[in-house]
Amino acid sequence: MDDISVIAALVEHKPGVLFKVSNLFRRRGFNIENITVGPIETSDLARMTITVKGDEATRDQVVKQLRKLIEVVHVEVLKPESLVQRELALIKVKVDSPETRREIMDYTSIFRGRVVDVSPESMIVEITGTPDKMDAFINLMLKYGIIEIARTGVTALTRGKASITTSYPLMLELGE
Amino acid sequence: MLVVMSGARALMEALKREKVKVVFGIPGGANLPIYDELLNHDVRHVLARHEQCAAHMADGYARASGWAGVCFATSGPGTTNLVTGIANAYMDSSPVIAVTGQVSRPFIGRDAFQETDAIGITAPITKHNIQPSKASEIPLAIRTAFYVATTGRPGPVLIDIPKDVQTEVEEVEFPEKVKIRGYTPYPPIDPQLVHQAVALIANSRKPVILAGGGVKYSNASKGLLELSETLMAPVATSFMGKGAFPEDHPLSIGIVGMHGNPVANKLVQEADLLIGVGFRFSDRTTGKVGEFCSDAKLIHIDIDEAEIGKNKRVDAAIVGDAGEALSMMLKQIREGGFKASEDWGRRLEEVKSQLQAEEEGEGGLKPPAVIKEMRRLLPRNAIVTTEVGQNQMWASLHFKAYMPRTFISSGGLGTMGFGFPAAIGAKVAVPEVPVVDIAGDGSFAMTENSLATSVAENIPVIVVILNNRMLGMVAQWQRLFYDRRYSAVKLDKPDFVKLAEAYGAQGLRPQSLEEFREAFKKALKCDVTTVIDVPIDPEEDVMPMIPPGGGLKDMIEVA
Repeated sequence: MDDISVIAALVEHKPGVLFKVSNLFRRRGFNIENITVGPIETSDLARMTITVKGDEATRDQVVKQLRKLIEVVHVEVLKPESLVQRELALIKVKVDSPETRREIMDYTSIFRGRVVDVSPESMIVEITGTPDKMDAFINLMLKYGIIEIARTGVTALTRGKASITTSYPLMLELGE
Repeated sequence: MLVVMSGARALMEALKREKVKVVFGIPGGANLPIYDELLNHDVRHVLARHEQCAAHMADGYARASGWAGVCFATSGPGTTNLVTGIANAYMDSSPVIAVTGQVSRPFIGRDAFQETDAIGITAPITKHNIQPSKASEIPLAIRTAFYVATTGRPGPVLIDIPKDVQTEVEEVEFPEKVKIRGYTPYPPIDPQLVHQAVALIANSRKPVILAGGGVKYSNASKGLLELSETLMAPVATSFMGKGAFPEDHPLSIGIVGMHGNPVANKLVQEADLLIGVGFRFSDRTTGKVGEFCSDAKLIHIDIDEAEIGKNKRVDAAIVGDAGEALSMMLKQIREGGFKASEDWGRRLEEVKSQLQAEEEGEGGLKPPAVIKEMRRLLPRNAIVTTEVGQNQMWASLHFKAYMPRTFISSGGLGTMGFGFPAAIGAKVAVPEVPVVDIAGDGSFAMTENSLATSVAENIPVIVVILNNRMLGMVAQWQRLFYDRRYSAVKLDKPDFVKLAEAYGAQGLRPQSLEEFREAFKKALKCDVTTVIDVPIDPEEDVMPMIPPGGGLKDMIEVA
């Protein structure tokens, strides 16, 4: 029942907007899995990618409540069947022997990650991929001992020509 | 055109462009430049004695006038005192514009004297809020505030202006129009959705219309009347919808819900189709929402798409302005030809006459009799506000409202202390009609200091206190659901006649229904605020009621 939905929102790139969005989720009792935000270079908007857990009714409410915020310009639920999702994580792993180091490097290369830092007792691995892939890699690392993880949360785009940034001006015309 | 002026002056000029003639408020350290500028303008200022009252006055003004009401407060405690009033306006979709002072820009974030995060605090209880960071941003902020507050589903907007932005002198420009890319107040109605709704109507034999506050806000009462008469469908209202449909119309069945009219609560359950217009399936209207009209088809019309499916799944939904949706529906219904069921009309007659018979034989100084007496003495267009509690529910059950904007009450937030300042705001908006606050002693005591405003500013209203010397509704719940264990509900003070006199108002205390009639007539003729303190039995319950957690079928008619 509790599906994961990925929602993309274009918002005014101004101070306080992230607060209004996250506060909305808190107040309405919606469960955010994660939220990533970044400005759109070509405009004065920012894009939020929000992952929400819940049934269809919950997802609909999330979208509708988001649209009610004046600062939210456009909202779309990204189609799960054509979704490209990526997350980046930096994982600091304990290293106690050359064999361990070798193994971690092998796993990293299988997962197409990169070793970005090495010290006598630790390594930092950078890994990019779907949340599933990240979880799988992290599971493999557990036995070596994870010192620290920093995950960015999911960011996503739909495949093909469609883009919420180009469909937004169309929405505006409809609204006028 | 660019003009050089201070932020405070830009604010006042911008307010005048929005046709603001009156502001309710209190000055303080952080809005002194605004108050100084106020002296240069022909705008009436009504001095409240607490910011909560200022917000309720602006709210009452907005609900009575159909335009936005404006209140001013200083930073910190001024702002936090407004919060209840703003939340109240938000829950009832009332266009209140709150202009708060803020500490100067260099002090923001440093916990300066009387600093509070106005934007953070009010974000969840406003439709929008803005903190201009330069004087030149003020005109657009005000234009935006009025546009957002008064269009679509109305709601409060707060503008928080740092003190040094008020004094800053800049080139400013007053925009004629405002374009907000994230805001579409009137979404175009999809004809296909209207078609779906009309198909459900065509198949129904026992339709009931449920009208909410949205009907009033979109001035759609005429369309509502036409729809009900075309379908011969009884019209119930939500509490907020009271007045949207004339309650003396043969098809009116009164309000539905926790303290709804028994006719409405019965017929809504029997309906095979419920057409909800501009209402939000509030828990006070539906009772247990799963049981509400569970055998009927539901059509929901609302301008706020987030209300569709929020509390209840419906069979057909139209997102858009109620008036427009109703006229589109009517057109299609007339083209298709709808035949009303005669059985349903007979059932309406039957339930109504049954209940009228049961209602006979009331007398004495009982709340229903007092309220009905008021109705008889007041003109059709008189405005009634209410406090919150038993008084409110008696008023809603027994005071018939005949037109929109004549019954003003705190529906969503249930704010005790709302009625009296709201009455003052309403009287300022519509000075030519009598305005009466139907009050309880507990609720009135929360904002009784507005007597000072009412008298000093010469805004004569009538307060009728149904005085049971109790927090009456709490006492009723303790009586019915807590085995009569009364906890912290006895009040007994003050003496409201002396209190009224202390403020320079008139105080009267009738002891019988006849004396009440005379007192009320005297108050209507009088040009000073009058408080009529009506002693009532503390054991009196508001009936009927639906016990908390129950559905419409669980209605208790007699305690």
